[in-house]
Amino acid sequence: MCLAVPARIIEVNGDLAKVDFGGVIREANVSLVDAKVGDYVLVHAGYAIQVLDKEEAEETLRLWREILEVEEEREDVLEGL
Amino acid sequence: MKRSEKMFWKGFRDPILAKRIIEKIHEITPKNEIIKICHICGTHEWTISHYGIRSLLPGNVDVIAGPGCPVCIVPASEVDEAIKIALGGSTLLCFGDVARVSGSQLSPIDAKAKGADVRIVYSVMDAVRIAEKEPNKDFVFFAIGFETTAPSTAYEILKKPPENLSFLISHRLIPPAMELMLGIGDLYIDAFIAPGHVSTIIGLEPYEVFPKVYRMPTVVAGFEPIDVLLAICAALKQIKNRTASLVNEYRRAVRWEGNIKAKELMKRAFKIVSGNWRGLGRIPGSTFALREEYLKYDAHERYSIRVEGGRDIPPGCQCHLVIIGKIKPIECSLFMKTCTPQRPIGSCMVGIEGTCRIWALTMQKTVPRLI
Repeated sequence: MCLAVPARIIEVNGDLAKVDFGGVIREANVSLVDAKVGDYVLVHAGYAIQVLDKEEAEETLRLWREILEVEEEREDVLEGL
Repeated sequence: MKRSEKMFWKGFRDPILAKRIIEKIHEITPKNEIIKICHICGTHEWTISHYGIRSLLPGNVDVIAGPGCPVCIVPASEVDEAIKIALGGSTLLCFGDVARVSGSQLSPIDAKAKGADVRIVYSVMDAVRIAEKEPNKDFVFFAIGFETTAPSTAYEILKKPPENLSFLISHRLIPPAMELMLGIGDLYIDAFIAPGHVSTIIGLEPYEVFPKVYRMPTVVAGFEPIDVLLAICAALKQIKNRTASLVNEYRRAVRWEGNIKAKELMKRAFKIVSGNWRGLGRIPGSTFALREEYLKYDAHERYSIRVEGGRDIPPGCQCHLVIIGKIKPIECSLFMKTCTPQRPIGSCMVGIEGTCRIWALTMQKTVPRLI
C-alpha cells in the first residue's frame, strides 16, 4: 500500500487532525509526524506519514526546468489537471 | 505567475515539462541494448500505466514491476488463518482489497458469504474504534502492508489496544525483496526505482547497498508523472555513464533519515524475521513479527490457527511470474479472459496495487510495444 495522498492540516486536536484533501475534509492521525496547521502532509490509511516540503518541491521543479530549458509552468496549462 | 496555493505539487503534472523530459530520455538512452528498469511499487505501476508512460519511452527501455503489492504477496496460508478466525466466530477486520484475496480455497469475503463476520476498514484506527464500541465481541485486525503501513499498526499496539482486539501481523519489508530481484537469474535489471512512500518512512540508507555493493543505480521516486519520468531519466543517465549512485527524486517527501518517530515505533513493537511471500517463497529478514512483550496482541497466541503451507498460485495462474516482472499481464493466458477484476483468479488481479489489476483498469494506455 504505497497509496498516500497529500492534504493540508486545518485543525489539530492532540493525536488527531482535520485535513483538507483539496475540498474533502477528513480526519487523520498525526502522531507519526511533527506538523502544525497549514502544513501539507502525506496521509496513508488514516495516518499522516510525512510532512511535505513545499520549498523542496519548488526547487526540484526549478532545477529541472533550468536543466531542460523549460520555461516556468503556466497556470493555464495546469488548470484542470 | 501565481501557483495554486492548495496544490503546489501540480507542477509535477506539467505536460510541457514532461515532453522535454521525454525528449531528454530519448536523447540519452543507449541505443543498442535492452535496458530494464525495475520499480517495486504498485502505485508506481499505476502512474506508469495511467499516464501511458511506457508508450513514451524508447523501444529498448523496459520498465518492469517488482513485488510491490502488499496484498498480492500475502501467502495463502496467512489468508487461511484469517478465514479460520472469521469462521470460528470472531470478527475479522481488514482493508478492502485484502477481503477479496484468496487463501487456499476461500477469500475473507467468501467466508462472509458463509456467515462469518468480516468487516472492511480503511485504517487500523477504525479497527481500534470498532473493538472499543463492541467490547463483547472479539476482533482480529489483518495487518497487511509494507513499511508505509507498519508504523500505524505499531502505534496502535504500543498504545495498548482494547483487550478484545488482536492482530494478524503480515507486514513486510521492501529492501529484501529488491535484493531477491537481483538474485533472480535471467532478469538482468539495470536500475531500480525505489518506492517513494515506503522511503518517507525508512529513509535512504537501506538502499545504499544497491549502488555500493550491487553497482545498481537506484532512484527514489514520487508518484506524479513528472516524478516517474525524472526518475527514469536519472536512471538512464547513470546507465549511459556506467555509474551507480542513490538519487532522491522525491525530495519534497523523503529525507535521508526517513520518519524517525515511525521507525522508532516499528522497532519497539516489531522484530524482523524471515517470512514467506506468495509466489516468491521464503525471503530472509523480510517480515515483521511482534516482540515478546506484545505477543499477547498476536492473534496466534489467542487462537490456534497456525496454517503451514497453502495454495499460493491457482492452476493456470502466473502471478509468480508477474510479480517479478518476468512476464507482463498480457502474457498470462488467463488475463482478461478467465481472470478479470470482477472475477479474479490470482492475487495480482485483486490487490489495488496488483500489476494485473492496474493493467486491466488502464488497458488502452498500457499495452506496450513488446520487446
